[in-house]
Amino acid sequence: MIDFSEEQLQRYSRHILLADVGVEGQARLAEARVLVVGAGGLGAPVCLYLAAAGVGTIGIVDADCVEISNLQRQICHFTHNIGDAKADSAREKMLAINPEITVNVHYEYLRADNVLGIIGGYDFVVEGTDNFPAKFLVNDACIMAKVPFCHGGILRFRGQAMTVIPGESACYRCVFREPPPPDAVPSCSEAGVLGAIAGMLGSIQAAETLKFITGAGRLLTDALLTFDAKDMEFRKIPLSCQEDCPVCGEAPEIDSLIDYEQGGCALAGA
Amino acid sequence: MSTTGKHRIDARRDCRGVGCPMNLVYTKVELARIAPGEVLEVILDDGAPIGNVPRSVVKEGHEVVAKHRLPDGAWQVLIRKA
Repeated sequence: MIDFSEEQLQRYSRHILLADVGVEGQARLAEARVLVVGAGGLGAPVCLYLAAAGVGTIGIVDADCVEISNLQRQICHFTHNIGDAKADSAREKMLAINPEITVNVHYEYLRADNVLGIIGGYDFVVEGTDNFPAKFLVNDACIMAKVPFCHGGILRFRGQAMTVIPGESACYRCVFREPPPPDAVPSCSEAGVLGAIAGMLGSIQAAETLKFITGAGRLLTDALLTFDAKDMEFRKIPLSCQEDCPVCGEAPEIDSLIDYEQGGCALAGA
Repeated sequence: MSTTGKHRIDARRDCRGVGCPMNLVYTKVELARIAPGEVLEVILDDGAPIGNVPRSVVKEGHEVVAKHRLPDGAWQVLIRKA
């Protein structure tokens, strides 16, 4: 068991006080390795909360640079970061919150030929991407590599999340078979997104990550959580593994990773 | 290791002067270090600490096996780890 310093005990006291986390759970957080895919609307709060929580190693995958239109919702990026790599901007804030953690940056877009190499070194993946090809790629790669992950997406006033434990719970493809045709869905810039719902959904994903690592509570598995912030209504739709799922079913026809053509980004990470 | 009355004490933590909630954090750190069935002695201040800490450890499933007032007004509490 990790011997926490006096300063660490104070820093993490509100976790240690929780019966379901305790010293043991905090030690597991310190030893955990989590990959955050996308340092945008969802990834920003995820990165900040995981850093604050003392997750020992956090990887960030993002090849984009900060733009002024990101700042309305991507709360780890500040005005002075415009033009900086998002991964660097996120890392700077994470280390400012908690200098004791390690933050790895991957300045890449995930593709069929690099995704397994990147996720392979992590215990859990948070999927906060802004497009369907990436969402399906992360799902398929995590199923194949048996890495648990939490899917998240937001658009306009709505968000959705689900946690997937490969081999145990329904995957993204059990629910959504394949990406919608390119241009069948509005782009983020056409549709818009209420900034604060990025924080709502990202915080749900961060909480799922911390629950997975510490073993606290019951995960958002075999269910799709959706909310509409206009009426502030939340729904939890029960799901189950589909025998005919093309990636996690009994006779999966998808046995290699696919780079789908990039379309719009409805319910994407925005 | 020593004994107080009929209880063998496996670990000790003096939390005199330590307020809530850090006194509970230190108590949980010590409980994490001992094995189930072993006994931790914590010394807690009167007032909120003696009110809160034993209640919290009982809520987490541990057993408070003894509570004694000390001459200086603090409390000796013996907790058996679940």
